[in-house]
Amino acid sequence: MKTKILSTILATIALPLSAATTITIKGSDTMIILNQRWAEAYMGKNPNVVIQVTGGGSGTGISALINGSTDICAASRPMKQDEKLKLRDRFNTTGTEIPAARDGLSVYLNESNPVKELSFQQLEGIYRGKITNWKDVGGEDAKIILYSRENNSGTYAYFKEVVLSGKDYSPLAQSLPGTAGVVNAVAKDKLGIGYGGAAYAKGIKLCPVKKSAKVAAYEPSLENVKSGKYPISRYLYYYTRVKPSGEIKKFIDWVTGPEGQAIVSNVGYFPIK
Amino acid sequence: MGKFSERAIEALIKISASISIVGLLMIFVFIGKEALPILTSAKIQQEAGPARLFLPQSPEPGEPKEFSWQPVSELPKYSLLPLFLGTLKVTFVALLFAIPLALGAALFTAEFAPDRLKEIIKPAIELLAGIPSVVLGFFALMVMADFLQKIFGFTYRLNTVNAGIALGLAVIPIIYTVADDALTAVPRSYREASIAMGATAWETAARIVFPAALPGILAACVLGFGRAIGETMIVLMSSGNAAIVSLALNLPLRSLSATIAAELGEVVTGSAHYHLLFFIGTGLFIFTFVLNLFAHWFVKKLQKKVLGI
Amino acid sequence: MVGKIFVTLSGLCCLIIVAIVIVILGNVAWHGWSTLSPRFFLTAPTHGMTSGGIFPAIFGTFFLVLLMTLAVMPLGIMTALYLHEYAPKKSLIVSWVRLAIQNLAGVPAIVYGLFGLGFFIEFVGRGIDRFFFQDQLTFGQPAIIWAALTLALLTLPTVVVATEEALRAIPFSHREVAYSLGATRLQMVRRVVLPQAVGGILTGAILAISRGAGEVAPILFTGAAYYLPYLPKKLNDQFMELGYHIYVMATQSPDVDQTKPILYATVFVLLTLTFALNFTAIWVRSKIRRRLRMTK
Repeated sequence: MKTKILSTILATIALPLSAATTITIKGSDTMIILNQRWAEAYMGKNPNVVIQVTGGGSGTGISALINGSTDICAASRPMKQDEKLKLRDRFNTTGTEIPAARDGLSVYLNESNPVKELSFQQLEGIYRGKITNWKDVGGEDAKIILYSRENNSGTYAYFKEVVLSGKDYSPLAQSLPGTAGVVNAVAKDKLGIGYGGAAYAKGIKLCPVKKSAKVAAYEPSLENVKSGKYPISRYLYYYTRVKPSGEIKKFIDWVTGPEGQAIVSNVGYFPIK
Repeated sequence: MGKFSERAIEALIKISASISIVGLLMIFVFIGKEALPILTSAKIQQEAGPARLFLPQSPEPGEPKEFSWQPVSELPKYSLLPLFLGTLKVTFVALLFAIPLALGAALFTAEFAPDRLKEIIKPAIELLAGIPSVVLGFFALMVMADFLQKIFGFTYRLNTVNAGIALGLAVIPIIYTVADDALTAVPRSYREASIAMGATAWETAARIVFPAALPGILAACVLGFGRAIGETMIVLMSSGNAAIVSLALNLPLRSLSATIAAELGEVVTGSAHYHLLFFIGTGLFIFTFVLNLFAHWFVKKLQKKVLGI
Repeated sequence: MVGKIFVTLSGLCCLIIVAIVIVILGNVAWHGWSTLSPRFFLTAPTHGMTSGGIFPAIFGTFFLVLLMTLAVMPLGIMTALYLHEYAPKKSLIVSWVRLAIQNLAGVPAIVYGLFGLGFFIEFVGRGIDRFFFQDQLTFGQPAIIWAALTLALLTLPTVVVATEEALRAIPFSHREVAYSLGATRLQMVRRVVLPQAVGGILTGAILAISRGAGEVAPILFTGAAYYLPYLPKKLNDQFMELGYHIYVMATQSPDVDQTKPILYATVFVLLTLTFALNFTAIWVRSKIRRRLRMTK
C-alpha cells in the first residue's frame, strides 16, 4: 500500500506539464467566484492555458500587482492615487484598468425585518453609529447590529466612499472576512444589517435603496443597475501592469466578450454594457 | 565506520541542536527588522509612531480624542488600545472557562478515577487537542454562537463569550495534560502517609497532593495563558472582529493576532500599516517569550520551596 | 459528604469536556456525512465550490505535510539525541537549547506566519531569485516549500519532546552494555538506542503531522490558495489545503446554502484525519509510558 501511494505521488510529480502558460489572478473576494467560473470555462476551451485564482481582498490584489506577484489584479474598487504612485515607483507604469463586470452592491437585511427601504442618509447614519435603533428607520424597537467587511476589502472601501462619504465606520461594526461571512451573519440575526456583492442565501433579503428621501427606492435588479436607477452600483475591475498582450490579452478579451459576460449574469452580477 | 565520519555526524548533531536557538533568534530578528521603522523612521512615525499607538487621538481637528483602530481611512487611526483590551478580554473568558474544567478533570483522573476509567477519559480529553483551531472557530461561528445566544439572550451573536469559550476549548487539553502530569508526579509516599494518618481520598488530594503539585499546575495555567493570547483562527472567525474600547463581555472584540491575520494580506510592503502589523507580531513574540522565561523561573523557585531542595 | 461533592464535581468536569468533544464531532458528522463519497475524495471542486470534491485540498495537505516531515524529523531527532546522549550534563548550551525549544513551542502561530513571510519569502526566496534566477520572481513569493519549512519550525518542539521521552524510557543499562562491548557513542546510538526509541519518534512524527495538517495561520501568507486548477508539483507552487479551504469556504463563498454541505464534509474529513493521527499517537505514547514505569 505504501509503495502504491509513493509511486502515485512520484508519477504525479514527474508528469511533465505540457508547455502551458500560467495566468495568475489575485484580489477581490467579491469577484473570486466570478474569476473561478471564468477560469473554469476558459480553460475548458483553451487547454494550453492555466489560470490560477486567489482571493484575499482587492487590497491584497493591488499589493500583489505592486509587488509583482500577479499578472492580473481583480479589484472591486478603483485603484487609489497613492497605489498608482507606488506602482509607478516600482514598475514605471500606472497600470491598465479594465472594467470586467458591474455589481449592484446590495444591502442585506434579515428576511423577517419589516423595514422596506433605506436611503443613503439612513445608511450613512446607521453605519457611522449615529442611528442605533431600528425604530428610527421604520422597524421594530431594537438595536441595529452592524456587519461589515474587513478593511482589506474593496467592498468595504467602496461602501465607505460612496455611502459614508469617506467617513469612518462605527467601531461596533463587526468585521467579517468575506461576503459569505456577512450573509451568514445577517441570515442568522434578525436585527442585523450587512452589505456586499450579489449573494444568494435563505434568510436574507436585498433591501431597496434610494439616493435621497424624495426619490423612489430601487432593488438591485438587472434593469435598475443597467439604467443607473440603483444608486450603489460599481464596476468590478481587472488591473494589469502593462497593456495586456499575448495570452493575457486573449483571456481578458474573452472575459469582456459575449461568452464571458454571459457567465457574469449566471453568477449574479451584471454585464458591463 | 571511521573516526572521521563519526566526528562528522557528531558535529551534525550539535549543529542541528543549535538550530532551535538560531531559529528562535532569527524569528526575533526578522520580524523585529520589519517592525523597527515604527520606532526609528520619522516618516513612518508621522502616520504610526508610538504616540499614535498608545495615546488618544482626535479623529478630525476639533473633535474629542478617542482610541480608534481604523487603518484604512483618509486619516488612518492606529490606536492599539482596543486591540489590547480585546485580546485581554477574550483570554480572560477563555481561562475562566478552561482552568476550572481542566484542573477539575486532572484531579479526577489523577486521584479519584479507577485505572480503567482513567484509560478511557484521558485519551478522550487529549483528543480535544486534535481538533484544529480552524475547526473550533468554524464550530463557534456556525453552531455555538446560536446556542449561546439562545441561552444568554445576547444582542450580538458574535461576542466575547462565544470566542472566549471556543478559545477555552483549545486551551483545555494543554492545561489538563500538564496538570495531570504534575499531579501524577507527586510521590506515592505523600498519599500513603496522608491516608495512614486517617485522611480521606479527597482530603489527601485537596490538602496534600494539589499543593505539592502546585508548581506544575501553575506552569500548566501559564502555558494555557500563553496559548490563548496568541491563538488566531478561533478568534478571527467567532469574535466579530470589532475594535471597540469596552470591558463588556456581550460585545464583539478584535484581538491582536486576528488583526494581523485579517489585515496582512492587504498591506503594501513598506507602508506604515505593514510595519505596524509586524510591530504587533514582535510584541506578541516578546510577550510570550518573557512569559515563558518568567514561568520557567517561577516554577523552579516554587519547586525548590515545595520539595525542599 | 463534602468529599463526595468534591469528587463528583471533578468527575463532572471530565464529563463536560468529553461531552463537548462528542457534540462537535457529532454535529460535524451529522451534517457532513451525506456528502462523502468516492467522488468527493477524488475530484476537484467545480462551479465555484458548489459541487465536486476536494481532492486538490487533500493532495495539497498531503504534499505540504510530507515536505514538513522530511524537514522536521531529522532536525528534531538529532536535537533530542544531542540533549540526551551527547551533551555534557548540566552544560549551559543544554539549558539554552531546552529553553529555546520551550519558547518555540509558545510562539503564536500567526507570528510563525509573519516569520515565514519576512524570512523565507522576502529574504531567502528573494535571495535565491537574485542569485539563481536573474531576479525573476520564482522563489520570492508564497510557495509550498516555504509553508512547509515554516510548519517544520513550528512542530520542532513536538518532535524533540516526544523523542526525548522515548530516549529517557531506555534504561541506562542498555547503553552501559553497549559501551562495555567496545562500541563508540555513535554505534551505541545507532544500534541500541534508536531502534528502541522508534515508538516515541513515531509519536512525535504523528503529532507533528497532525499539527501541521491543522494549522492555518502560518500558511495564510506563505502559500495557501483557494482555487488552483493544477496540483502543486514544483517546490515553488502554491497549494490548496484542507484547513485553509474550510476557512475560506466558511467566510467567502456567497452561495452559502450550496456550499454548506461541502463545507461540513471538508471539516469532517480534516477532523477525522487529525483525530485518527492523535488517537494513534496517544495510544503509542501510553505504551511507552507503561514501559517507562516498569523500568523505574
